[in-house]
Amino acid sequence: MSKQSYVIGVDVGGTFTDVFLWDEATGRVATAKVPSTRGDQSIGFVEGISAVAGDFADIATVVHGTTVGTNALLERKGAPTGIITTEGFRDVLEMRRRDRPTTWGLWGMFTPVVPRDRRLEVRERVLADGNVLTKVDAREVAERAEALRAAGCESVCVFFINGYANNDNEAVAVEAVRSVWPNAYVTAATEIVPEIREFERLSTATLNAYLQPVVSSYLDRLETALETRGSGGDVLIVQSNGGVMSVETAKRYPVRTALSGPAAGVIAAKAISAAAGYPNVITCDMGGTSFDVSLVASGEAALAAQTAIDFGMVVRTPMIEITTIGAGGGSIARVDEGGILQVGPESAGSNPGPVCYGLGNDRPTVTDANLVLGRINAARPIGGKLDALDVDAARAAIDREIAKPLDIDVMEAAEAILKVANAKMAGAIRLVSIERGFDPDKFAAMPFGGGGALHTGALIKDVGLRSALVPRYPGVTSALGCVVADMRHDRVQTVNMLLDDVDAAALGAEMEAVADETQALLARAGVAFERIDRVFELDMLYLGQTHTVTAPIELPPEGLTVDAIRRAFDAAYLRAFGRLLTGIPVRVMNYRVAVIGRRPAFDMTVFAPPSDRTLDACLVGSRRVRVDGEDVDAPVYERLDLPDDALIPGPALLEQPDTTIFIDPGLVGRVDRFGNVVITQQPGEGDD
Amino acid sequence: MAIDPITLAILKGRLEQIADEMDATLFRSAFNPIIAEAHDASHGIYDAASGDTLVQGKSGLPIFVGVMAFAVKAVIEKATAQGGPSDGDVWIFNDPYAGGTHLSDFRLVRPLFRDGQVFCYLASVGHWHDVGGNVPGNYNPAATECFQEGMLIPPVKLFDRGELRQDVIDILSANSRLPTSLYGDLNGQINALDLGTRRMGELLDEYGAEVVAEALGELKVRAARLMRAQIRDLPDGTVFAEDFLDNDGITDEPLKIALDLTIEGEKMRMDFSHSSPSCSGPLNISRATTVAACYVALKHVFGEVPANAGVLEPVEFVIPDGSILAVEAPKPVGGYTETILRLIDVVFQAVAEIAPERSNGCAYGTINALSLAGHRLDGRRWVMFSFFGGGHGGHPKGDGLNHGNAPISTATIPPLEILEVAYPVKFTQWSLRPDSGGPGNHRGGLGAVYEIELLEKDADVFLFGERGRFAPPGVVGGKPAALNRFVYDTSDGEKSPAMTSKMVGVKLLRGQHVRLETPGGGGYGDPLTRDPQAVARDVGLGFVSREAAEADYGVVIGSDGDVDDTATTALRRASAAA
Repeated sequence: MSKQSYVIGVDVGGTFTDVFLWDEATGRVATAKVPSTRGDQSIGFVEGISAVAGDFADIATVVHGTTVGTNALLERKGAPTGIITTEGFRDVLEMRRRDRPTTWGLWGMFTPVVPRDRRLEVRERVLADGNVLTKVDAREVAERAEALRAAGCESVCVFFINGYANNDNEAVAVEAVRSVWPNAYVTAATEIVPEIREFERLSTATLNAYLQPVVSSYLDRLETALETRGSGGDVLIVQSNGGVMSVETAKRYPVRTALSGPAAGVIAAKAISAAAGYPNVITCDMGGTSFDVSLVASGEAALAAQTAIDFGMVVRTPMIEITTIGAGGGSIARVDEGGILQVGPESAGSNPGPVCYGLGNDRPTVTDANLVLGRINAARPIGGKLDALDVDAARAAIDREIAKPLDIDVMEAAEAILKVANAKMAGAIRLVSIERGFDPDKFAAMPFGGGGALHTGALIKDVGLRSALVPRYPGVTSALGCVVADMRHDRVQTVNMLLDDVDAAALGAEMEAVADETQALLARAGVAFERIDRVFELDMLYLGQTHTVTAPIELPPEGLTVDAIRRAFDAAYLRAFGRLLTGIPVRVMNYRVAVIGRRPAFDMTVFAPPSDRTLDACLVGSRRVRVDGEDVDAPVYERLDLPDDALIPGPALLEQPDTTIFIDPGLVGRVDRFGNVVITQQPGEGDD
Repeated sequence: MAIDPITLAILKGRLEQIADEMDATLFRSAFNPIIAEAHDASHGIYDAASGDTLVQGKSGLPIFVGVMAFAVKAVIEKATAQGGPSDGDVWIFNDPYAGGTHLSDFRLVRPLFRDGQVFCYLASVGHWHDVGGNVPGNYNPAATECFQEGMLIPPVKLFDRGELRQDVIDILSANSRLPTSLYGDLNGQINALDLGTRRMGELLDEYGAEVVAEALGELKVRAARLMRAQIRDLPDGTVFAEDFLDNDGITDEPLKIALDLTIEGEKMRMDFSHSSPSCSGPLNISRATTVAACYVALKHVFGEVPANAGVLEPVEFVIPDGSILAVEAPKPVGGYTETILRLIDVVFQAVAEIAPERSNGCAYGTINALSLAGHRLDGRRWVMFSFFGGGHGGHPKGDGLNHGNAPISTATIPPLEILEVAYPVKFTQWSLRPDSGGPGNHRGGLGAVYEIELLEKDADVFLFGERGRFAPPGVVGGKPAALNRFVYDTSDGEKSPAMTSKMVGVKLLRGQHVRLETPGGGGYGDPLTRDPQAVARDVGLGFVSREAAEADYGVVIGSDGDVDDTATTALRRASAAA
């Protein structure tokens, strides 16, 4: 009999599949990095697990952050899908909200994932007040479904106007489709989003249908592969909202995996920083083309109600809010015709990549600037793809494209590139913090991904953040996130009533009932929880407005009251805008219920640094680094060997296989007992 | 050496972020959907002495980028006449002759003080739901004086040294059919200015007023330099382009917008001398609006130029007094959107002559301001007012966008489910309009069909639209899109307005419909050179009918839906010869 004590996190990225194993019985952890297998990610997935788990029978749970859904959306590789909709409205998906991709320039294009000839209409109509004006005819629906099947559709979405107000017609139609559809891929729009706003509901439901065959077959392959290897453990999938769900749920709601991969990283950041005593962090994921920022306040990741995966591809389900700007290691620097230095959004990506890769790009990038300034070790490129970096080529490119046009020297130009890039990243951090009313002095930055730790020092100075926290293994952060993720389910329902007309007690009771139902879903997944939390919220607005504010609500045992709702609205509105409007009625638009199963806390001391080394023993050399116009000699340390509580004053460079940390002059790094490097202002300069 | 290039690049980003954040604050807190959903508003930072636009938010309405400078100038003049601005003052007004656009757009202007001096101005402009006048929603196609279009407020103080003047709000509220909406939007604009003031203060603390002032000055210089470089890339010479408005809503005669565009080295001249004189109806625009509209057109063509007054420095304007493009009070200006859309179309057509690779077919060219107004069964007044979409032009990279927003705006359309909740209407159709895109090697995008049924009592219908007689042109050999079309039910059957797309207060009864069919975009390049497979695909999708495939593209589609190659070759040869 096996012990079934392994919890394994697997994050499949574009290049590598990262695996993190935690043996709950012994506390042992292990990590592995294997190449991702394009085409069928399940191959790399299983190989990665074999690298850490000897016997698959020991696996209790595999938690997976997947980009299969994200990639299928971005590359338009979902299944052939059909839509059955209300007569007169077949083009809602293609008409969007009458927008365009860019404010300036009129060369935009949009191809919907379901072409017009696969969007069929039936006679039916529900009015805005929920009254059924025209009943749907099940026979007509079945005929349309047959037609879609004949046209080669594998998946179908049923969407009716005003279905959020009454989905009786939709339910009849879905039943009719199921009676003739050859597989389980039938999506009911209001089951995905029972919320007002037809385009957003349809878009989300359509993308769900579009992903269902792809994600389902992938998950089937995964489960089969694991079973073949002898695993009897459960498989859980990370959702975009930062919680995990069962495979069964993921197959039904694949659109909830749209940001599964990035969400796993944020979950890990949350756990690492909480353990280290930093409940407020801003995660900074710097890749080749973009810089992704996310906010965790008081231990909770900020969620967005809606995200556009691409122009016109709107997904309206709660997702970890990730703000992306075009500033990555591969972002190209140039001087525009007005003589202003610009960095990004154009990027050389990872192929051809920066000039120093020598793969064909000759326009300087952020990574080239880091190299020329001595912050990156040319002889030790991270990621292990290249043997060495070409400093001379990088310097020549910066000289030609930046230094000469601006009439400054090449080192100055390289510093300027970093300053502009850092300013853009600082802007993204301000956007999620200061602009939302959070005080940066209460937040730490947590970089992950390869390049982030080179810039965090500058960012904490620029934005006024308290500190930066560099986890021990920034490269496997997302896989760790899978292991520590809670299980979470969100529900939303449109109410659309004036507050004065709301039967508050009944509303409260309904929300409780929905929470009970949702909790049952949690119980079915067969996962152990430490406790279960419920979060209740109301989206409300003044009568006449169209944008809501979301107010947290307590459901007291003696019942919800209109007064309590009003107080919650006032507090939320004041926080958002600073002034209340008197005498204007308040409307309750939606209620939201989240049920969160908290998993047992993961003991971060497994990352404890070695204690048998001295700081000096970790010193491996020194490099000349340019900072603020001056050349300084920065000692270089082997990061993973640094002992607990080691203090490293800047300037200093800490190297490890998957990242390089730069501690700026004026900052100091300290290794904590979880192996994190905490960077703060030098004592005496305002920090503890 | 003035400010260093690095600080300049950084401050540019910070200032833009402040303007963007002001936009976002108003969008989220506004009451009327024209601001909240359609983003018909804008915020920026303006020069302390001249009022010139220095920085403008990205998400606001493009047309305001140019006009707001005139609005701030108007406030500076008035404040100076009264002994100068004071800290804590906020001015409010909607005078279109002083600040451009039309009466619906209320501007709030606030001096930002630093060390006892005005450092810059912050301004907010937003389109209010109703500002009085003869027509709910203020698109009155029959107006002959601005007094019929709404209340006209000259620059007055809303805050006097930080003290709110409630009497001003009382006057404004008393002159609107929808005072609550007005009050909500006004508060949103105040929120935005408060926030901008706070953020600018933080920035000045951090960098010092001198450095920020230098950056603002330098950004203007750089913008001009950038624009000159763009002009230099164009071949020298003069081209001519003209286009027409259907009528002025009063007299059914076309109105001409004509442009002689001259490129001479680093300079550009935009001469509108051959345009129509001012008209009796509300299709006139002020000089400020004309300049702003040219700016919008240029920025669509030269995407990289910043939202900064410096851009217009190398551009010379010739706009004769008394022209439809330079009117004074009290000539009506309510339909300014239609005139500036036509002006932009004319610029696109002129650019196609000198630089076809940078041009595109004209977009649908009318905002179709449609309002239905009445009283609910319980007596409450309702006004459903919205702008509708159409196709964008074909362009060098591909076919035009289906159902886009107007080039002067970034407006989104409200969800029809939201409209059905708020008003007693039911949409019976909301779809793309076949055969509405202008034929071309790259086809124009499709316009839309919107059909609305009235569910309660009765309502008055108002429409302010265009392109009912002159379709959006194609460029570089591309053909025009379909015309705008509007019909409404009467007891004697379906009717269209006498002025094609303009109509005031036609009574609609419960159960009756109105139907708006909007133009697509103009085509790009000769349709006879379009890939026949692309035409077959369009026919399969229902974007293009079989008849149009033959008539416009010379492509014959067989009964199996595939291209009939032999017939197509013959037909194309014949069409080319014709």
